[in-house]
Amino acid sequence: MKYLCLIYDDEKKWETMSKAEADAYMGEYFAFTEGVKTSGHYLGGNALQPVQTATTVRSRNGKLSTTDGPFAETKEQLGGYYLIEARDLNDALQVAQKIPSVRTGSIEVRPIQEFD
Amino acid sequence: MDARETVEAVYRAESRRVLATLIRLLGDFDRAEEAMHDAFIAAVEKWPSEGVPENPRAWLVSTGRFKAIDVMRRRARFDAALGELATRIEAATSDASAWDDETVEDDRLRLIFTCCHPALTPDAQVALTLREVCGLTTEEIARAFLTSPSTVAQRIVRAKAKIRDARIPYQVPARADIPARLDTVLHVIYLVFNEGYSASAGESLTRHDLSREAIRLGRLLAELLAEAEVIGLLALMLLHESRRAARTKESGELVLLDEQDRTYWNREHIVEGCALVERALTGRRFGPYTLQAAIAAVHAEARTAADTDWAQIVGLYDVLLRADPSPVVELNRAAAIAMRDGPAAGLAIVDAILARGDLDEYHLAHSARADLCRRLGRMADARASYARALVLTRQEPERRFLEKRLRELPAS
Repeated sequence: MKYLCLIYDDEKKWETMSKAEADAYMGEYFAFTEGVKTSGHYLGGNALQPVQTATTVRSRNGKLSTTDGPFAETKEQLGGYYLIEARDLNDALQVAQKIPSVRTGSIEVRPIQEFD
Repeated sequence: MDARETVEAVYRAESRRVLATLIRLLGDFDRAEEAMHDAFIAAVEKWPSEGVPENPRAWLVSTGRFKAIDVMRRRARFDAALGELATRIEAATSDASAWDDETVEDDRLRLIFTCCHPALTPDAQVALTLREVCGLTTEEIARAFLTSPSTVAQRIVRAKAKIRDARIPYQVPARADIPARLDTVLHVIYLVFNEGYSASAGESLTRHDLSREAIRLGRLLAELLAEAEVIGLLALMLLHESRRAARTKESGELVLLDEQDRTYWNREHIVEGCALVERALTGRRFGPYTLQAAIAAVHAEARTAADTDWAQIVGLYDVLLRADPSPVVELNRAAAIAMRDGPAAGLAIVDAILARGDLDEYHLAHSARADLCRRLGRMADARASYARALVLTRQEPERRFLEKRLRELPAS
């Protein structure tokens, strides 16, 4: 079964990190990604640019509206995701709890809807 | 016993085990429930003429599984995937050893851990465990938790949908994950015990089967993992259970701890409970359940109410209050202090708790206050607090007990 692990964290924390800290953090992410590739869980994943690059589009009564910014302003922002293949939710949670941002932000684990 | 009565007895004794195994074999809660009901209908039809099978549970599991596969085959005309699933289930579970005794006990544990999975809300964990593991009706669960049956039904439907859609596995967690997963399970088991020990509403104060079920679950869990709190909870339940015969009169009237005839206490439960408390206390990782059990053990070891070591009980409450602060623990500690230092000392604490408003809706807080006022000769205060407790209690035996206390109160 496929699960999407959505990584929510405070983007501003990057600004307060020293280069050494940021490098170490990225190193953890590279190690995690290598780990889930080796274990066979990894299907895909990306880091996202900060929320100020986000644009939200919605159409109501045939009227299109395009606005600057994310769907909702929150303290933690969607910063990236992994798409994984896992046996079940327990297996997916085992993977999710190793994502480095689990210590500072939160990881939302969502099963992927399969259409026949 | 005729075959019909046998079916009913088997339903009471075995339906939860049959269900737990069918969930594993069929991979779905609703499908398993339907299969179980079909199996019992078949038993009602066949056992009177063909005789009761040697192993009724295995017969029911086997019949339920067969019926479920049959239903899926018929529905496969509209949904081809069901046909494939039926074939897979048939191939995977044709071996009857899949429902022997040992595997069946594991199934109950799988069911408990699945119902208490942290991905479900706490409300849903409790409702699902009581419904699926203990077989309570949604009405009984609703009464126990002061909510409506439709709310409970909705919680259960949502929980089952999450188990299915997010694929929460039907398994006992890996050893490393067990401590974290255990707290929820212990909480749910203790709620079940309490529902059996003092039903929250209606005529029946005690419902032996539920308490026995909770103790059985506790034993099963203690066998699987000898964590201090698992042992502590089992001890606590056994020590409460030991007083069952003494805590109500034949008329159903409630008898308080200090007025109970201690010769009616179950010595076997006490001996086992006390030994378990000692074992849990050496574990060093003990917590609130073990401490409550230790308090119950001090009571159990007193030959008469007057022999009770209240100093030790107050000391244990002090530790308990640090480990698990709550107004109810404070109230119980106040009652112990009243026994050690006199009713005035206890009343001061009870009044302070009530003044905070924490236990204003809790009938036992008002009946405790009433009792302390009575002992201090403040009859008007006692009368007012008994009356308040009477308004708040929903248990018939407790209502009768409070009415009697009110009648016996001398005029001030």
